[in-house]
Amino acid sequence: MPEAVFDSGAQEALGAQGLVDDWSRDKQVFGVPWGKAMMWIFLLSDTFIFSCFLVGYMSVRIATTDPWPNPSEVFALEAFGYPVPLLLIAIMTFILITSSGTMALAVNMGYRRNRKATFWLMVVTALLGASFVGMQAFEWSKLIAEGVRPWGNPFGAAQFGSSFFMITGFHGMHVSAGVIYLLVIAFRVKRGFYENRPGGYEIVEITGLYWHFVDLVWVFIFALFYLW
Amino acid sequence: MSDDGTQHPLKIYYIMWVALFVLSGFSYWTDFWDDGLFRTSAILTLMMVKAGGIIWIFMHMGWERWALKLAILGPPVAILVLIGMMSLENNYVEGSRLENYGESTMEVETPGHHKEEH
Repeated sequence: MPEAVFDSGAQEALGAQGLVDDWSRDKQVFGVPWGKAMMWIFLLSDTFIFSCFLVGYMSVRIATTDPWPNPSEVFALEAFGYPVPLLLIAIMTFILITSSGTMALAVNMGYRRNRKATFWLMVVTALLGASFVGMQAFEWSKLIAEGVRPWGNPFGAAQFGSSFFMITGFHGMHVSAGVIYLLVIAFRVKRGFYENRPGGYEIVEITGLYWHFVDLVWVFIFALFYLW
Repeated sequence: MSDDGTQHPLKIYYIMWVALFVLSGFSYWTDFWDDGLFRTSAILTLMMVKAGGIIWIFMHMGWERWALKLAILGPPVAILVLIGMMSLENNYVEGSRLENYGESTMEVETPGHHKEEH
């Protein structure tokens, strides 16, 4: 029995050779903590759900013969006496990017075992996420007050409302869940729950994966629903 | 194993952060352009660059091994097939609706109530 093959301390090849090695050797394929692999696989499945919503939106938008409401006008807000297109959506976009940055720093601080910084960066991330959801609630109430419904609206094709509420609602639900998730992990970090655990602070990175995914989905919604 | 790919200098995150702000600024700017192929391609290009940056740097995919990279990033390619089929199908649906029901006669309002002031 050649020992080198089973020697976990052997130098692992990179690139294509590494890919073949990881899949063909008698060992665990993914050299990452199981929690991280499972989070990635969950996010992959979530990618398909969001894709189905966005492809559905594309389909109804192509198929309808009614005029599609102009998102630039529908989502305009009055500021300084003028209607500014997509003002709130732009602010929401920048808030989500900011929260992604604080999350990336939290992950880094976690691996440096700086508990205080990790805790506060995660709390700031959660607060930014909560303010995003708050703005979305404002956006929804504004549109509902103007008569936008899942089955029709005064500005054009009825499918606009159903796509809007479904896509942004599902995304907002992800943000809300993320805020709760972040706070739970943040307070565990604060009280030293992960200090002597085998995985250590990789949980912060796993939480970060989820949070960055929420931002990632928003990038697609912003481009395909609001700008297109 | 757990120590490689977890301790990066903070600089790369700051660069990515600023880049996301600038790229999103450009995305927002496209909303003021005239519709057309150029605007559409700008929207899509900026979207893909931002998504790539988030996945590669913030989600650390750039530091993972190819086994994980391909297992996660490979399957979504199938969505392109769905997009292709659905756009073909729905262009056909729109065509048959126009042929059988004619042009839309829907009367629409312009959003916002302050247009007449200026």
